[in-house]
Amino acid sequence: MVDNAFAQLMLFRFRSFMREPAAVFWSYGFPLILAVSLGIAFRTRPPETIVVDVIGSPGAADVLKALNTAGAEPGFAASIHPLPEAMRRLTLARCAVVVGVAGDGGCVYHFDPMRPNSVLARTQVNDCLQRAAGRAEVIETSDQRVSEPGSRYIDFLLPGLLGLGLMGNGLWGVGFVSVDMRIRKLLKRFTATPMKRSHFLGSLIGARMIFTIPEMAVVLLVGWCFLGVPIRGSLVTIAVVTFVGGLCFAGIGLLVACRAKRIETVSGLMNLVMLPMWLMSGIFFSTDNFPDALQPVVQALPLTHINDALRAAILEGATLGSMWLPLVVLSAVAALTFSLAVRWFRWT
Amino acid sequence: MSSPPTASLPDSLTAPARTAIECHDVHKVYAQRRKEPVHALRGLDLTVRTGECFGLLGPNGAGKTTTVEILEGLLEPTSGTVEVLGLQWGRHDARLRQRIGISLQETRLEDKLTALETVRLFRSFYRSGPRPEEVVERVGLTEKRRSYVEHLSGGQRQRLAVACALVGDPELLFLDEPTTGLDPQARRDVWEIIRDQRRRGRTVMVTTHYMDEAHRLCDRVAVVDHGRVIALGTPDELIHTLGGGHVIEFSLENGRPALDAARLAQVAGVRTVTFDGPSVLLAVDEPHVALPALMRHLDQAGAPLQRLTTRHASLEDVFVKLTGRHLRDDGG
Repeated sequence: MVDNAFAQLMLFRFRSFMREPAAVFWSYGFPLILAVSLGIAFRTRPPETIVVDVIGSPGAADVLKALNTAGAEPGFAASIHPLPEAMRRLTLARCAVVVGVAGDGGCVYHFDPMRPNSVLARTQVNDCLQRAAGRAEVIETSDQRVSEPGSRYIDFLLPGLLGLGLMGNGLWGVGFVSVDMRIRKLLKRFTATPMKRSHFLGSLIGARMIFTIPEMAVVLLVGWCFLGVPIRGSLVTIAVVTFVGGLCFAGIGLLVACRAKRIETVSGLMNLVMLPMWLMSGIFFSTDNFPDALQPVVQALPLTHINDALRAAILEGATLGSMWLPLVVLSAVAALTFSLAVRWFRWT
Repeated sequence: MSSPPTASLPDSLTAPARTAIECHDVHKVYAQRRKEPVHALRGLDLTVRTGECFGLLGPNGAGKTTTVEILEGLLEPTSGTVEVLGLQWGRHDARLRQRIGISLQETRLEDKLTALETVRLFRSFYRSGPRPEEVVERVGLTEKRRSYVEHLSGGQRQRLAVACALVGDPELLFLDEPTTGLDPQARRDVWEIIRDQRRRGRTVMVTTHYMDEAHRLCDRVAVVDHGRVIALGTPDELIHTLGGGHVIEFSLENGRPALDAARLAQVAGVRTVTFDGPSVLLAVDEPHVALPALMRHLDQAGAPLQRLTTRHASLEDVFVKLTGRHLRDDGG
């Protein structure tokens, strides 16, 4: 068994990966730290208080009292500042809105219409002051709060991070390693033996796919245990999506690196391939934010479909049957890139 | 410009009919973008007999590596015929790969594998051959078998590279500059592995630009320059083409000697005359005869000596005689 060439090549990949602490860190530690720090940043917490500056003037104390004793949620954190300082704090986003009190009891709101929280703060402050002055609500309303797991930002983000990891590790793990071995003339040395080239390339991809399993599991587990991300789909579905995505990026990585003779060349090419997907494949925010004119580009990126499929599987419990088309297309991309890479691969 | 007739006759009668390598009129032209193509080999002919250690000797850029890489099937010749172990590249690659072993000029093996793991990996590519532990033992790395490649010295790495070439028990072993950059002890270690392989009746082809290495190690040597074989024979045969076993080297006080080669050649005992920069090299059979005659000749010519040495002739002298240049000169 261990005398088998393919098994030895797999062992070779495993050993050189596991014995390189930096490689292990970037594959496992980095996504873990990313998930944990984002989890801390986006954990569920009470809505923030609205910081309001009141310009120092005779009526300011009354406005301050009205705001700070309002029972509304979110609450206000109001304080009195001289006009220039209050305006400076507004431009620095230290406060959301500045209230100026006129001599007749009226108010002037200084706010930034481009900042959503500034606009919101103006409305909230106005409501509060109007009610304090005796405004009566015309119709009866009540609030129903929704902050269930599955609809928070971290829930949106986690599948995106999985996709990001698949892309980064697939491209670097396969591409970088092949260029490194080309520079070392190790590829040339291997072709001087009876080694089957398909065994070598297969071991490169196969080992990468196996390394992917713990990489994905770690992020998913942290998300599920500590961040409360629901896993609604079956693990088999998630595994299949991950496997197809991983193959797709391993194929792209092999293609990107199939001719490069220098690390600088392959790094540049990798970044060129990855940058559009970093920005436009819906890792950190929804692809709906891009205008219609850019949607063809967005939809042409493999990571867009992997992220969509991962979100559907994890957050919505989608089944393989409902996403067979993107999976088939991604598999075809993997097969195409792999066969082109094999044809063009430079061994010397 | 070729092997001397005296010694090659008995050799050709006793040599086995089988040849390990036979190549004829091999040319290799490297096309270059927006530059003149480089003509690396210009009609190279070689015959390597089964069981001999054959050396390709030449300066950097002579075409040694191009030659072995064509013979190893890693490069395609532009034209010419190549036969290795009676087989041809492009038709019998899988069989050939099983039967030859190769060490490239520079391969950086994986740093994070141990010596034994590296040998085991290479062994797995071959259908038959010795156990990895045996190969590690043969190259003297048993004590270092569990060390990562990155912790091996230059000489140990080179022996490991040779071990990777030996794992398939090759009938024909190619070693491209196996001792370049090694210290004297490490070079002797590599020589010992090559001699061991030869004792087992296997054919070895080694390239080198060290003439002492070629002299000590090789049964026959081809001197390569500008992509051609310019001399071929046993090291002793080649040295004898100088006409004598000794060399008198001298230079005169007024720099470049204004001496006539034809007249120097008539000095008693002098076989050949070579000018090498400011130095004059005389190949002689018997220094004790030639030296007094030379002194008289220089006296008469009114040319005072600046320096004079005598030594045994070497392959370096053969190369200088043939090309007017030294082996270690860069370029070529």
